[in-house]
Amino acid sequence: MPIQVLMPALSPTMTEGTLAKWLKSEGDAVSSGDVIAEIETDKATMEVEAVDEGIIGKLLVAEGTEGVAVNSPIAVLLADGEDASAADVAAPAAPAPVAESPVAAEPAAAAGPAPVQSIAAEPEWTGATVTQTLRESLRDGMAEEMRRDEKVFLIGEEVAQYEGAYKVSQGLLEEFGAERVIDTPITEHGFAGLAVGAGFMGLRPVVEFMTFNFAMQAIDHIINSAAKTLYMSGGQMGCPIVFRGPNGPASRVGAQHSQCYASWYAHCPGLKVISPYSASDAKGLLKSAIRDPNPVIFLENELIYGNSFDVPEDDDYTVPIGKAKVLREGTDVTLIAHSIMVGRALEAADTLAGEGLSAEVIDLRTIRPLDLETIIESVKKTNRVVSCEEGWPFAGIGSEIAMIVMENAFDWLDAPVGRVAGLDIPMPYAANLEKAALPQAEHIVEAAKTACYRT
Amino acid sequence: MAVKATKSKSKRAPKAAKSNLQASGEELLQYYREMLMIRRFEEKAGQLYGMGLIGGFCHLYIGQEAVVVGMQAAVTDDDAVITSYRDHGHMLACGMDPRGVMAELTGRSGGYSHGKGGSMHMFSKEKNFFGGHGIVAAQVPLGTGVAFAHKYNKTKNVSLTYLGDGAINQGQVYESMNMAALWSLPVIYVIENNKYAMGTSQERASAGTELYMRGTAYGVPGEQIDGMDVVAVRAAAEMAVTHCRDGKGPFILEMMTYRYRGHSMSDPAKYRKREEVQKMRSERDPIEHVRQLLLDGGYADEDVLKQFGREVKDIVSDAAEFAQNSPEPDMSELWTDILVDA
Ligand SMILES: Cc1ncc(C[n+]2csc(CCOP(=O)(O)OP(=O)(O)O)c2C)c(N)n1
Ligand SMILES: [Mg+2]
Repeated sequence: MPIQVLMPALSPTMTEGTLAKWLKSEGDAVSSGDVIAEIETDKATMEVEAVDEGIIGKLLVAEGTEGVAVNSPIAVLLADGEDASAADVAAPAAPAPVAESPVAAEPAAAAGPAPVQSIAAEPEWTGATVTQTLRESLRDGMAEEMRRDEKVFLIGEEVAQYEGAYKVSQGLLEEFGAERVIDTPITEHGFAGLAVGAGFMGLRPVVEFMTFNFAMQAIDHIINSAAKTLYMSGGQMGCPIVFRGPNGPASRVGAQHSQCYASWYAHCPGLKVISPYSASDAKGLLKSAIRDPNPVIFLENELIYGNSFDVPEDDDYTVPIGKAKVLREGTDVTLIAHSIMVGRALEAADTLAGEGLSAEVIDLRTIRPLDLETIIESVKKTNRVVSCEEGWPFAGIGSEIAMIVMENAFDWLDAPVGRVAGLDIPMPYAANLEKAALPQAEHIVEAAKTACYRT
Repeated sequence: MAVKATKSKSKRAPKAAKSNLQASGEELLQYYREMLMIRRFEEKAGQLYGMGLIGGFCHLYIGQEAVVVGMQAAVTDDDAVITSYRDHGHMLACGMDPRGVMAELTGRSGGYSHGKGGSMHMFSKEKNFFGGHGIVAAQVPLGTGVAFAHKYNKTKNVSLTYLGDGAINQGQVYESMNMAALWSLPVIYVIENNKYAMGTSQERASAGTELYMRGTAYGVPGEQIDGMDVVAVRAAAEMAVTHCRDGKGPFILEMMTYRYRGHSMSDPAKYRKREEVQKMRSERDPIEHVRQLLLDGGYADEDVLKQFGREVKDIVSDAAEFAQNSPEPDMSELWTDILVDA
């Protein structure tokens, strides 16, 4: 069978081109890889190589012809023993079918984030508790999971011998040894990538970033390698990994060490993002994160590492990822917060109570997937919402909350959604400026009163 | 073709040249067939691209076949492979099904990633192929992590981590080498030096072009190898694999090779002369080299090689056929494989 040589497309957008030059004539033998012609597009001149071997039976398009459509036959190639008459038969009148352009995807359901099933909250804990700092609870969470599963290991700067820059990994090296508690060089990009590779192999790395500010150097591996590989591999290769460490404004350390990354990571499908407040939630969620088969970002807060909470005495106690918690019930306004802002929201609720306003306080605990159910249920009760975060306002967590409340409970709203956030500036160093840049309980009180039309 | 003498001042390993530079007729036939398969597959991919059946970026491996075939000849199925976006050859050499690879190129449901990855993003857990990575050099720490897991799991397996002469200048490469050396990880960094990173020649990008020496500061031994000679590649690979399996840590192999085609399908390759490509093709072609060895050694005659050619061609045609007939992924695929159910 004679073979047709078709006008090739040299880029996905090319539809036609000029056949500038033939480098072979009728009767010439060609083998795979031989350059047979040059074609020009508006952008470049390129060579056309033979894919098949044979003898040029006929050149169908003359040199210099412009506007030759992609996929139309330009020459006929004869196999051994075929003669030129076969070429005539092969030259078709109709152009070869053009490759179907990809079917346009139906618009993805509402443009909102992927649908989430409702997640059951953890059962109320009625057993014994122990008073622990957030720091200790995180350490215990890791230690218990490391005892439970040999594939779990901790890797990061100063995690082993120094026991953590913020002393979160105290005692882990002693218990688990240097094979499972690994001090790295200062090389975030490298060790994050290395841990993801180990995750592809089925290990369960817990990567500690000294703070999340330094994870910026590793963000390529967090997003491009960890979050996307499951999808790009059609479900074959996942990455069970936890990236954890202090996040958010610290104290008097200036702009490069004081920033909240919640909305950065929450933006990305393929990641789960957790940002707890209490020690019991932190421990229960960290354990769930380590057991989770997906990449999880676990955002802690250095300023509350020393805060004490009651923590269930049970080394199998976990808190489900994706479930918020109503910490205080109220009827007039819903305050939605995470991490350190939860404390300030609770403080604000006390103040508001003194002024006759009943505030409900929701601790998001998980940022992605966001617990829509708990938020919407609360809004339907209070009809007013204030979101509270330390991050920058633009495209922040508050922006997302406002949007989902509007999408899901517009008719229940009695006032615009209020937003309390960090100022839209790099964090200043001076004590007075830093204080002014950070959202405090009084800002939440103000915003709640505005939402209740009480100013 | 002997291994080029090296001027490495790094910790030296036994010279590959002295080891196994003899290949049996059977071995040569196998390498010939595997290289030919990659070449024909890539030519077909180029053709399907020209027909608009493959979209986006498509980076062909034509000219570099001896590297991956020689490397694979020295490892077992339990060893891991990871590379960049120029990955079709590596997948075929790992034993992945040409149908599944081609159908991924056309973005169809029969592809390895159900059409969701494309040319640059394909994986096979079964074949220990860890991708297919589109960010230049990202595969280097990832491959180092695979080696970390080999060590953690106390297996003797190695991680073949491929990178380009452009990728070698990325910071994460050195972060990886440092950790690999520090922790004696069984990883072989295979630099495929095809002289260009897109349109930038190696000389214009690298201060000091002896890339096999880039591990010197970390005590990582390196060798420069003629990457157009599959037997030389295999000999070097055997040496490096032994080094890794003996627990001595990482190894660098700089494979001197060449890509005949543009960087990707849409690259007119104006940065080099046609004569340069022609010279490589006619004088250094890795497949032609083995063909000559086969004929000269009397291991095969023209008829046998022709028969090989036909068989390979049939497999590739079948893959192309499959890749065109496989349906596009179902719309439900949009929302699957984002997260694993916990
Ligand atoms: C981080 C990053 N920067 C730039 C690119 C765009 N890019 C893709 S391939 C390439 C050249 C790489 O050359 P080399 O490492 O020599 O590999 P080769 O293509 O020759 O196999 C560039 C700059 C990219 N994919 N990733
Ligand atoms: Mg290159």
